[in-house]
Amino acid sequence: MKLRSAALAAAMALTGATAQADVKVGMITTLSGGGAGLGIDVRDGFMLAVKQAGRDDLDVVIEDDQRKPDIAVQLADKMIQSEKVDVLTGIIWSNLAMAVVPAATAQGKFYLSPNAGPSPLAGKGCHENYFNVAWQNDNLHEAAGAYANDAGLKDSFILAPNYPAGKDALTGYKRFFEGDLSGELYTKLGQTDYAAEIAQIRASGADSVYFFLPGGMGISFLKQYAASGVDLPLVGPAFSFDQGILQAVGDAAMGVKNTSQWNKDIDNATNAAFVDTFQAEYGRLPSLYASQGFDTANLLISAMVKADVADADAFRAALKAAEFDSVRGDFAFGDNHHPVQDIYVREVIKEGDVYTNKIIATGLSNHADAYAVDCKM
Amino acid sequence: MTTLLFIEQMLNGLQFGVMLFLMSAGLTLVFGVMGLINLAHGSLYMVGAFAAAAVAAATGSFVLALMASLAAAALAGALIELTIIRRLYDRDHLDQVLATFALILIFSEGTRWMFGSFPLFLDVPSVLAGPVTLPGGIQYPAYRLSIIVIGLVVAAGMFGLINRTRIGIRIRAGEADREMIAALGVDIAKLYTFVFALGAALAGFAGALVGAIQSVQVGMGEPVLILAFVVIVIGGIGSIKGAFVGALLVGFTDTMGRVLLPQVFGLFLEPSAAVSVGSALASMLIYILMAGVLVFRPRGLYGVA
Repeated sequence: MKLRSAALAAAMALTGATAQADVKVGMITTLSGGGAGLGIDVRDGFMLAVKQAGRDDLDVVIEDDQRKPDIAVQLADKMIQSEKVDVLTGIIWSNLAMAVVPAATAQGKFYLSPNAGPSPLAGKGCHENYFNVAWQNDNLHEAAGAYANDAGLKDSFILAPNYPAGKDALTGYKRFFEGDLSGELYTKLGQTDYAAEIAQIRASGADSVYFFLPGGMGISFLKQYAASGVDLPLVGPAFSFDQGILQAVGDAAMGVKNTSQWNKDIDNATNAAFVDTFQAEYGRLPSLYASQGFDTANLLISAMVKADVADADAFRAALKAAEFDSVRGDFAFGDNHHPVQDIYVREVIKEGDVYTNKIIATGLSNHADAYAVDCKM
Repeated sequence: MTTLLFIEQMLNGLQFGVMLFLMSAGLTLVFGVMGLINLAHGSLYMVGAFAAAAVAAATGSFVLALMASLAAAALAGALIELTIIRRLYDRDHLDQVLATFALILIFSEGTRWMFGSFPLFLDVPSVLAGPVTLPGGIQYPAYRLSIIVIGLVVAAGMFGLINRTRIGIRIRAGEADREMIAALGVDIAKLYTFVFALGAALAGFAGALVGAIQSVQVGMGEPVLILAFVVIVIGGIGSIKGAFVGALLVGFTDTMGRVLLPQVFGLFLEPSAAVSVGSALASMLIYILMAGVLVFRPRGLYGVA
């Protein structure tokens, strides 16, 4: 890389061109261990967009955080100090984001979040160099609360893991849900057995269950719920029903309503092309994580076209403008650099042998997060 | 809380306990007989689950899948004992931890290389899908009930094996004095391979049983491994009886803690605080139990000095 940059610099000097410097991106994401499927999807989506752009002035360094906050912090330090990256991205988990993002933005680096959107970073702890391309954590849950009202549900039992995004999840659902809560539980992060929780759901007298259990936790919960004979309707955010885990859940997920800002049947040319090229490149359907990685890379590339990363103010303004073709259709940032977007209600269906989702309604339109008012930028 | 709910939760605790017993029986034997700390025990659990998922996908038979999990984990266990573990018996515990930790990484990445990063599908057999109604009107998943029965049968079998058979006598003798039984003409190397493969098979079996109601994915063994260590420390290292009692204690404590603590705190705290304090304390409860046991019985409940 160094050699190529040097050659490039020499060539520029010779021709007297005023071309811009390379942009170096550090991607810290989860590529091994329990949550690896999410990180791999974000990485693959991101790299697909990079490949399609075909720019040779964009370098991406990818490292695995193993879903451990201490390792994520070490990687961020290494990328900032020795790799001299301009932009960081990639983190999946909110607890890792909270460990990395504030320090990185304080050192003048840009951070583009392809997934985690913890509430402190959207409100009081917002930063001009932090952009969230996915959602603020509460968003999908707020849409689920709104959907539950529309569906006539009156009494929910709600549960989520005991970590920042779990608390954001239940807070988000409660913000919009107007019915009663028969029960509210925080489970251990990474818990795999939900027998005790399901027994409580059975005894609670609720008419519906809202749960936020991303990755393997959701697989375990859904299978055990199906076997328990409790038949209250389930509502969840897209994280427990994404393309990566649906096949492992199988029939237990059929018909469940879930909320997402993206689905493969959103009708626009960018999305159709994304779904096709992703499948051709990797041999599987993209998940919402892949769509977020793809949008993140395209946002970055749109800013690179307009401004030099060395000119932080111009680059920031170019990011804020968000002039790229999103797979979600229209895309805009609110004042706290979080998306203002439509959130859909999807239903799990089976297409041939493959479990997937289809959009059945719009949960919330042009929805911004509740923390933006606390953000003084 | 009603009596019915309480009984259901006791069953959940029992089911969790017997599953932990399958996992910790092998761990405690290996530690007790060979003096080896095997961090890779969780990987054998994962091997069992993946073997079961692969066989179930290919044949559609859950019974074959369970047999495959036993065979694959025993084979993997025997293989690593012969090639790697064998060299570690005379080393100190730190070397063993280092080498078996390396095995975790090798198993995890090897599994990812073979099966990919996305969780596999393994479902409960259709006969056992759905709930059964127990006396008293308790609805309980048939599959979990089967896990309880199978776990208790395996536990009884282990007691029989250790206490009533010749191989059991040798295992106990190996635990007490390995030089002496080697001097008496017992092939200690073969015995070690057998014990290791037996422990591995039990772990793999547990992985397959649990894989059907949880997710079969890379890294699924490590959280269980930590619990299994808690179990054998509580029960006393090397004791099958200790592992059984310890596993049930941990199973009940964890399940009842998760259910009761938030409610107890709800009596004098506002609901949201009660939920978060209760959940936080519930996840610490088994470690508090372990610390409590160690204060009064530093070698665990059935450990020998």
